[in-house]
Amino acid sequence: MSELPGDLLYTNDHEWLRREDDGSVTIGITGHAATSLGDLVYVELPEVGQDVELGGEMAVVESVKAASDVYAPVAGSVAAVNEELADDPEKINADPYGDGWIVRMKIEGLDESELMSPDAYQQLLDELDD
Amino acid sequence: MPFIPHTEKDTREMLAAIGVDAIEDLFDEIPAELRIDHLHGVPEALNEMEVSRLMRERARRDGSPLCFIGAGAYEHHIPTAVWDLATRGEFYSAYTPYQAEASQGTLQTIYEYQTMITGLTGLDVSNASLYDGASGLAEAALMAVRANRRVKSGLVLLAPGVNPVYEHVAEAIAGSQGLTFEWLPMDAKSGNVAFEELPEGKEPVAVVMQQPTFPGTLEDVDRLTDWAHEQGAFAIGIANPMSLALLKAPGHWGEQGVDIACGEGQPLGVPLSSGGPYFGYMTCKQKHVRQMPGRIVGRTTDLDGNPGFALTLQAREQHIRRSKATSNICTNQGLMVTAATIYMSLLGFEGLASVARKSHANTTRLVDGLCTIDGIDRLYDASYFHEVALKFDRPVAPVLAAIAEKNILGGFDLTGGAGTDALLVCATETKTDADIDACIAAFAEEMA
Repeated sequence: MSELPGDLLYTNDHEWLRREDDGSVTIGITGHAATSLGDLVYVELPEVGQDVELGGEMAVVESVKAASDVYAPVAGSVAAVNEELADDPEKINADPYGDGWIVRMKIEGLDESELMSPDAYQQLLDELDD
Repeated sequence: MPFIPHTEKDTREMLAAIGVDAIEDLFDEIPAELRIDHLHGVPEALNEMEVSRLMRERARRDGSPLCFIGAGAYEHHIPTAVWDLATRGEFYSAYTPYQAEASQGTLQTIYEYQTMITGLTGLDVSNASLYDGASGLAEAALMAVRANRRVKSGLVLLAPGVNPVYEHVAEAIAGSQGLTFEWLPMDAKSGNVAFEELPEGKEPVAVVMQQPTFPGTLEDVDRLTDWAHEQGAFAIGIANPMSLALLKAPGHWGEQGVDIACGEGQPLGVPLSSGGPYFGYMTCKQKHVRQMPGRIVGRTTDLDGNPGFALTLQAREQHIRRSKATSNICTNQGLMVTAATIYMSLLGFEGLASVARKSHANTTRLVDGLCTIDGIDRLYDASYFHEVALKFDRPVAPVLAAIAEKNILGGFDLTGGAGTDALLVCATETKTDADIDACIAAFAEEMA
């Protein structure tokens, strides 16, 4: 598996977060999650302006054989969604940390202790492989 | 032939293998207060000989009366070939088989069915069917809540012409899931929606209309569909598929067409058989397909490039999506759909239109004749397809009972629903002029 981007934070549920300059966070699913699901065929996105609780359902990613909820790794309100995924969900498979981003959220603050560094997430992946 | 293949020994061995003493113990996790010892009104089991005798005796009691009752289920001629083919071993299954793709013929039948139903309803996609028309409305309402996400009210408005039984069933299925159903006002003269009194600003998630209406009238569905969309609601259209051979398809109602169409498929080759099994159909616009419940068959190509059929969009279904599935109670009525597909294939569009036209003409003959009788008149001033509500100057039930003595079922007693002495009559293509005239004469004699 390819290198994990070093500037992101990760979750147990195989999601990633990027802190943007304006204080918002961008959220997607990791390459591991995308590979496990297989070719994505549909992404159900939340509405812009919608409030999301920590751990709440934020989006649904669907492959040919499975549909999985994406849980909010932080609480906040949805500032933007990646509209291009509606027509092109496989962007998540092709570029999970870039063009395959899912949601941008406005947040009050970020409790990083609940999130993982790239190294910690890599360790989780290594354990899964064992 | 035993219906359950396990012997007592088999059962004992299986229980022993999982370390349980009795079958009853498997249900231990269901709390005692949620269990019932027996079903009220359901008698003890009978053996095969007793059941056969009971059913023969009851079937005899049905007789073969001349039936002028519609009210949601309609007697049409079913060519012998329909059930001859549908009950062949290759098709004879109630559901999509497991490992569905191994049964290409079954999948192709469902695919052809979907194609025909989308053609009739003027919409993009169809599922493989639902239980019946009533549960179809419940599923359509739940689907509207999922797909029309901007609206949070859970309020579903029903035009007064919606079959009241459908409302009961929809309420039973969806009422506990946060949906509320409210009736729109009725114009007493036409029996249709009172457009001047429509409530603005209630933020309904869906508006349901039925064409023809339960009391048989034709509603201004174009205007009602547009009104639904102005309110930010989905438009759900219930239509008798047979009527669609003559009337405008729901997909073309109003400026944009309805979002979801559903209804009772029974008129398409399924016998009345005392109320079931029937099947419900459901079609929708392409953009809502992921919220549509039930199975969908798609056409594809295999690795060698040969055409084939496959179940598609299964990630919406409960065997994959579990509690988040689009429905956890629906099924397709595979056998009924097979019959309907053969029926539609045999008749073709022209054949369906001819059945529909003849049914309309027969009903006109019946209604015109009945309305010459003193004490019987049209209840509503509106166009109709093959069913008409009549107003009586006296209680309907005794008249119907007297006519039944002459082996004629004179119609559906509408008195409770209409709030006045009223009867709903229907004469499909199965009735001859002589049948209709006999019915008129029977009423005339009884009303004299």
